[in-house]
Amino acid sequence: MKKCLVIGVVLTALWSCQSDDAPAYTATPMPLDIPAFFASSILPPVIPRDNPQSVEGVALGKKLFYDPILSANGTQACADCHLPSNSFTDNRQYSIGSEGDVGTRNSMPLFNIAWNFEQRFFWDGAEATLENQIFEPVVNPTEMNNTWRNVTESLDASPIYPELFSAAFGTTKIDSVGVSKAIAQFLRTLISSNAKFDRHLTDQVPLTPEEQRGLAIFLDESRGDCFHCHGNPNTPLWTDNRFHNNGLDEFFTDRGLGAVTGDPRDDGLFKTPSLRNLAFTAPYMHDGRFNTLEEVIDHYSEGLVYSETISPLMKNVATGGVHLSPEEKSDLKAFLLSLSDQSFIENPAFQNN
Amino acid sequence: MNISVLTRVSIFSLSLLFLSACQDDDDRVAQEVTPEFIWTQNWDGAPLANADFDVTPLTNANGETLTLSKLVYLISDITFTNAQGESFSAGDYNLVDAREGLGLSFSPDVLIPEGIYTVAFRFGFDDEDNALDYAFLNSADGGWNVPAMLGGGYHFMRMEGKYINTQTIPESEVNFQYHTIRAADPSTTPVTLQDTSFLVNLGQVTIDENTTIEVKMNVAEWFKNPNTWNLYELYTMLMPNFDAQLLMSQNGANGVFSLGTVTD
Repeated sequence: MKKCLVIGVVLTALWSCQSDDAPAYTATPMPLDIPAFFASSILPPVIPRDNPQSVEGVALGKKLFYDPILSANGTQACADCHLPSNSFTDNRQYSIGSEGDVGTRNSMPLFNIAWNFEQRFFWDGAEATLENQIFEPVVNPTEMNNTWRNVTESLDASPIYPELFSAAFGTTKIDSVGVSKAIAQFLRTLISSNAKFDRHLTDQVPLTPEEQRGLAIFLDESRGDCFHCHGNPNTPLWTDNRFHNNGLDEFFTDRGLGAVTGDPRDDGLFKTPSLRNLAFTAPYMHDGRFNTLEEVIDHYSEGLVYSETISPLMKNVATGGVHLSPEEKSDLKAFLLSLSDQSFIENPAFQNN
Repeated sequence: MNISVLTRVSIFSLSLLFLSACQDDDDRVAQEVTPEFIWTQNWDGAPLANADFDVTPLTNANGETLTLSKLVYLISDITFTNAQGESFSAGDYNLVDAREGLGLSFSPDVLIPEGIYTVAFRFGFDDEDNALDYAFLNSADGGWNVPAMLGGGYHFMRMEGKYINTQTIPESEVNFQYHTIRAADPSTTPVTLQDTSFLVNLGQVTIDENTTIEVKMNVAEWFKNPNTWNLYELYTMLMPNFDAQLLMSQNGANGVFSLGTVTD
């Protein structure tokens, strides 16, 4: 009994000493600047407990995002396919990798992804967290074509990164987890909330008659009925962050979510993109098949194609859609463009400076 | 320890045990408890599981063959009323997603004394609750709220699927959206609104510690009684259809929900 007591006292003393000598490192907290409408209408952003936002973490993430050091041949950064001027996508149908290889899907725009409550990322939902999403492009042969071992060696050998990692995470040990955490912190700061329509909601600017009519079409079940997948003015995201087959093809060359889940009921399902910033994100759809918004609207109006997994929300599939008039199409486009946020793509905090 | 000591200890222990048992029977104080609700779905008695969605053909009362793709519904204001007419309710809500298996188990945020209660809940929101703003529901199922031009508030149910149109050659699948909301007629100024939520009385339930109450939804009843649902006529654009919302509410209030197994 006495021995146990002595051991307990010694262990307690050692633990106390350790606590005093090596306090956990805490970088400078940098809470997200959450827009008022986001805070009042939807749940808080998803921020993992083990990756809180910090000044140093965001700065490191931004540096990494714009640095081609992540690619094997040192020629390609994340920002080469996710340009701020394009709302963090690019204007190609398929992005081109560091070795010149052409991908199979359109680069996804990046904004408001801290509010992806479903926590499924990529067009096909292949990754379950934002941090995990960052692992894949680095090692994908048609993207950065690198290995994480090579990445960490390159960063270790750099004159700046060990210090930046130390500031962000309190350690000079550089690994893939730290890289993904830092980039995720930066990506969570990419918040878009200042489109014309946002300002309209706070009575700062009126919508034009065309935009008002377009909104009515968007919300009308017998015409656009866009809101069941893309949200409505009550909330700010303009996506349900879910997966649907929106009637693009009768047969699938890309199974989308089905290839991830292995469930044939998910074949041809892809993530609903947000309608924010469409002015900057052409071409459209997971495979970038539509170059213009007119083509997108034509698809939903006349071009729907039946397949077994088509979403029940697609209307009048047998006749290709709801057949909007030219005026209705023009009004709908006007409304959609009111969701684009010029100040987002010009925000100095997001640029490579 | 000799035998006599051992015997005395044994007798003392048994006495304590006996007294303790007597106290349990005679002087037991009713505890405050929270029952758990289990929401299950069936089609005329055949259970509906995830594997049935998009796959299992179902036949409605009008004879149409259909498959379900989605079944999400909202319940609120679970209320317990005792013999003295005293009611207990947390006034909270639960969103059930039958396909994804979300919200299938729910305990209202209320403590009630053990006893016999009449248990009831509301399908959807009444007007008072429907006027409030819920960050969770705005974020759930891709946004559960209803645009203002369709009357505002929240969806009560999104049931979606496909039915077989046998009137085309060859037969074809047609999408349907059986969405229930507060009935709204946007053609009038101001918009005419009518509450289409309804109360479900599950009857009397004895509630004590660890009671779970199964509430069964017979999905086929949405198409059956008192209005035989004709999907050829009413398959889409039902949210702005004031009369269709009343018909759906009538069907919902007549036998869709029932009390299932109650376990302790």
